[in-house]
Amino acid sequence: MTAVRLGSRLARRSHRALAFLTAIAGLFLLTFADAAWLRNCRAPGARAQAELAKRLGLTDLCLFTEARYTRHLSQADWHSAFQDHPGALEHFPSGSLVPPPAIPLHHANLDRKTKISD
Amino acid sequence: MRIWIEKQKYLIDFTISSLARRKVKNVGLLCLYTLIVFLLASVMLFTQALRREAAASLAGAPDVIVQRMVAGRHDLIPPDYIGKLGGLRGVRKTEGRLWGYYYDPFLRANYTVMAPPSGGEDGVSTGQVAVGQEVARRIGLTRNAKIALTAYSGETVWFTVAKLLTRESELLTADLVLMSEEDFRSFFGYPAGQYTDIALTVTNPQEVHNLAGKIANRLPDSRVILREEILRTYESIFNWREGVVLMLLSGAVIAFAIFALEKASGLSSDEKREIGILKAIGWETGDVIKMKFWEGCLISLTAFLLGYTAAYLHVFRFAAALFEPVLKGWSTLYPDFELVPTLDGFELATLFFFTVFPYALATIVPIWRAAVTDPDSVMRGSL
Repeated sequence: MTAVRLGSRLARRSHRALAFLTAIAGLFLLTFADAAWLRNCRAPGARAQAELAKRLGLTDLCLFTEARYTRHLSQADWHSAFQDHPGALEHFPSGSLVPPPAIPLHHANLDRKTKISD
Repeated sequence: MRIWIEKQKYLIDFTISSLARRKVKNVGLLCLYTLIVFLLASVMLFTQALRREAAASLAGAPDVIVQRMVAGRHDLIPPDYIGKLGGLRGVRKTEGRLWGYYYDPFLRANYTVMAPPSGGEDGVSTGQVAVGQEVARRIGLTRNAKIALTAYSGETVWFTVAKLLTRESELLTADLVLMSEEDFRSFFGYPAGQYTDIALTVTNPQEVHNLAGKIANRLPDSRVILREEILRTYESIFNWREGVVLMLLSGAVIAFAIFALEKASGLSSDEKREIGILKAIGWETGDVIKMKFWEGCLISLTAFLLGYTAAYLHVFRFAAALFEPVLKGWSTLYPDFELVPTLDGFELATLFFFTVFPYALATIVPIWRAAVTDPDSVMRGSL
């Protein structure tokens, strides 16, 4: 009886469209529940990773291993991803993903910008 | 209220029938629209999650790292430098770090080789190594397996794999090889007492800039890297990457915008005739606009919901497989990592606003022009 009633209701196009929209809106909302669940599941791993990074003193993500200066972006020589000059075309594909320094000298003159308190 | 709802339902019925009459065009539009939302949402979710992951993982990085520069190049730290820095007020701990790179000619990959601080839980005995998951996978290493590496003296050195670094830490350790300090020094021919760089722990993080100034004064040939600079590097990389990908995608977005605008605003003669007939049989201008509003809403909402859900699954359930070739570049080693989902309400609202609203609005404006015109001239096509 219920199936027949549901079938007759869904015979109308607007009902079918709204049912479809509700279903995909449900899936959309499920992504939030899934995100919360995944966060819980992956949190211990993320914590362990952060602790390992602290113990070993790791400074960079292992995303670009093609060259030493793309592997350790934060430790590389000045402009090393753009060795010829800042903004030069890079040999490696990841060079297109890493920006040149905004102000090339910004990094170097830390001593001249810093006030010594004592 | 019931009447109003019934009226909207009839309008939706009519809208769907109208869309079904131009099935191929509308299904094509919906697929394209969904694909655009999927790509934009994937980039947004991926960069956002990576940015958070970098910030969380590197929050424990050393407060200050001191490198020595010789002729603009990174050089080894001489033995007396650690003592010089240890005497600075505000420095709690000074530790020389030993790390470098090893190129494996068989795998054609660069490993990061490191000597962990001795005595800690990550310490490895002489003759043993701990390797990252990706290195182990590529060479087929298991625990207690033997690995031969060619030392800088040319001699082949055999190590036993004491342990594999955890899978959860792959984003940081995929290419890592840990060996004891003694092995590290003999393998690379490192002079005794010298280090790659120095990691400092400061007493008061607020004073880190002052401390950096003091270090630069005391050791003028040094380069000081603060943790905040490391974090800023990654923040700017992901912002830049997001920008680059969005720029590359902008061509597709513009193509879609032209297609959608043409579809939404340039009414076909069939559509114009349809509006003329509707007006002639008694539909009000408001009803015609509402019908078109429903059309815009149904298409854009469907595309947004499907596109976003698919992007979520792609990034967090299928490890952003489509982005792997982009990130991998020419790297031989690439981590197999799972990101922790972080959904930012503001970014989601921005995506919704810029994908759903323009299309819904673009459908209404031209239809209003047609709907307020005399039905006869609309049907004759003189609009």
